[in-house]
Amino acid sequence: MSPHQFDIQLVAIIVAASCAIPGAFLVLRRMSMMTDAISHSILLGIILAFFLVGDLSSPFLIIGAAASGVLAISLIEAVNRARLVKKDASIGIVFPFLFSVAVILLSKYARNVHIDTHSVLLGEIAFAPFNRLILSGMDLGPTSAYVMGSILLLNLLFISFFYKELKVSTFDESFASSIGFRPRLIHYLLMAVVSLTCVGAFDAVGSILVIALIVIPPCCAYLLTDSLFRMILLSVVFGISAAVSGFWVANWLDVNIAGSMAFVCGVFFLAVFLLAPQRGFFGIMREKRRQRMDFAEASLLVSLYNQERGEAVKNHPDSRGMFRSADFASKVVEFLKQKGEIAVAGGKLFLTEKGRERVRTTVEGR
Amino acid sequence: MLEFAVELFSDYTARTILLGAASLGVVSGVVGSYAVLRKQSLVGDVMSHAALPGIVLAFMIVGVKEQLPIFIGAALSAVLAVFVINLVTENSRIKTDSAMGMALSVFFGLGLVLLTYVQRMPEANQAGLDKFLFGQAEALVEKDVLIIGVTGLFALLVVGLFWKEFKLLCFDPDFGGTMGFSMKSLDLLVTAVIVSAIVIGLQTVGVVLMSSMLIAPAVAARQWTGNMGSMVILSALVAAVSGVTGVALSAGFENIPTGPAVIVCVSAIAFFSVLFSPNGFFTLRFKDARSRREIKKDYVLKALHDLGLEHDDPGYAHSERLLALGSEKGFNVRKSLLALQTAGYVESVGEDNWRLTQSGIYEVKKLSPLEKNG
Repeated sequence: MSPHQFDIQLVAIIVAASCAIPGAFLVLRRMSMMTDAISHSILLGIILAFFLVGDLSSPFLIIGAAASGVLAISLIEAVNRARLVKKDASIGIVFPFLFSVAVILLSKYARNVHIDTHSVLLGEIAFAPFNRLILSGMDLGPTSAYVMGSILLLNLLFISFFYKELKVSTFDESFASSIGFRPRLIHYLLMAVVSLTCVGAFDAVGSILVIALIVIPPCCAYLLTDSLFRMILLSVVFGISAAVSGFWVANWLDVNIAGSMAFVCGVFFLAVFLLAPQRGFFGIMREKRRQRMDFAEASLLVSLYNQERGEAVKNHPDSRGMFRSADFASKVVEFLKQKGEIAVAGGKLFLTEKGRERVRTTVEGR
Repeated sequence: MLEFAVELFSDYTARTILLGAASLGVVSGVVGSYAVLRKQSLVGDVMSHAALPGIVLAFMIVGVKEQLPIFIGAALSAVLAVFVINLVTENSRIKTDSAMGMALSVFFGLGLVLLTYVQRMPEANQAGLDKFLFGQAEALVEKDVLIIGVTGLFALLVVGLFWKEFKLLCFDPDFGGTMGFSMKSLDLLVTAVIVSAIVIGLQTVGVVLMSSMLIAPAVAARQWTGNMGSMVILSALVAAVSGVTGVALSAGFENIPTGPAVIVCVSAIAFFSVLFSPNGFFTLRFKDARSRREIKKDYVLKALHDLGLEHDDPGYAHSERLLALGSEKGFNVRKSLLALQTAGYVESVGEDNWRLTQSGIYEVKKLSPLEKNG
């Protein structure tokens, strides 16, 4: 691994971690598509900042650009207040407009700044190592690592400081306001943090693919845990691993790094979606199958139990008739025989003592 | 400007391009109405971004920039994205918004990966795939416009044929289901129509902004009418006008990409409508303020009248301070009194004293016939 590659990965890791942290809350608050709006809208702020000063290294400019994200959110909420515009439509008309204005400014006047419509979409993390922080002759590493590192620190401070406020207002907004937290304020603070993160990540991954780093790692984590704290932790782990493996995939195929990170995020999610123990696709299927079998077994046992006690319905001399197919019936019988809960004699089914016991505990609740 | 317009419309190439932009506008305006009414605006956004990998893959397979394969590729990958969203939301606890965010970014990311991969390929004719990102109407030729026209006509035909079914789907799918229509197939059909609108907009507006071409005209039209038919027609009109204006702007000035130019036009109309239509933001504010003024005026009239009754003379004069006593804080009594004076219902007598005129007394009786004996 060359020092160049090391630097790129360092920046990628910091970016991925800072995106995953607020992302967890966005996913839980069902506001993932707000990321779409913010990440498009901040472009205008970024470009105006570039026009003013020529680069984005000053913290004031970063904050200014981030303000454009919060502004976009307020604009969306204002449009939404008009009676006839639904929430999704108000998102859908605000950010393409801001983004279009930004792209026009960019292609018309961007001769003297070093961003163009390509870097907007593709990011330029490959160039991150070239811009270095040099203090009194000492090379301290890529500047963007420091910029993004500060944003990561800020995100960490934000969630540790407001952890319970965020948690309560995410899961029960009315309860949050009733105990004196201010959910609206928390909402705007979170939006500000997301905007800031998007601005910081813009250099690395461009303005669209940042959505992948914000939304996908928390989604992976969401399918693996029920604890908020663990979800945030897992999101960061997923984000970092996707960033690093995305980098190596891009390196191997010689393609765009940000795009490849987004794609690897997608692959990670696919794996989790299919394989997560309880909430994965196969896990749910297995659980459904287990429940179906459980229910079938219980039904058969109960039916036999009732026959023993003379309560059987006359039309069902053989309890096996209740199943949808003879195949399924013999499967159920086979399972129960293995468990020793029924016995077969002369083609007829009988409960064993163990079977009777199960009926009593599961059905009659004794 | 006029010269420029004349030149634009007399030039054959320009006419072709403008025709393309206008037909694209009509189709996306009509089809977008359904996306907006079904609260699926953002699905359009996802689909248009998700078309990118399909475009590049089609190019990689066919090897030339033929329209038709690229259209098909784009449509397939957009539909695949919708399928993935449904699969994920139906089989896990992931919510729709997250599934959309994931589909959008993963498909778009894959598209960019493929794009950078293709751009490294030795054959140089891949140049121009870029135009699908932000659109480049100048590259439209007669054949493209023909394809846009045919695809668009097909989409419009479907909308026309299934007019009432689509209406049911938008406003009351449960009722539609009980009537025996298959809402699932209608849903699929609407999606197909939306995808075809997206696909034909790719060359002019580009994948990044195409969704707005669907949403903004419909939002604008919705503000002015509550009738489905007029909404669809108005939306088509708005989109066609903005399409033509945007393309003309982009062609007339240097370095303005077509997609953003079109979107700025269409968004401007949408914002104007949201603010100033009869149901718009400002109009409602204005109406509110007016009715609040009316209520205050009525209150002052009634107060003057009732206070006067204590003296057995409804026209008895009272001071402004007395009137202000019984009212809420921040209630500018003088403003209401002055307005009433202009209307001729009250008159000022001496310093700060006001009394009802004859027509004022008549007006109060109209106001509160029930409180006479109060």
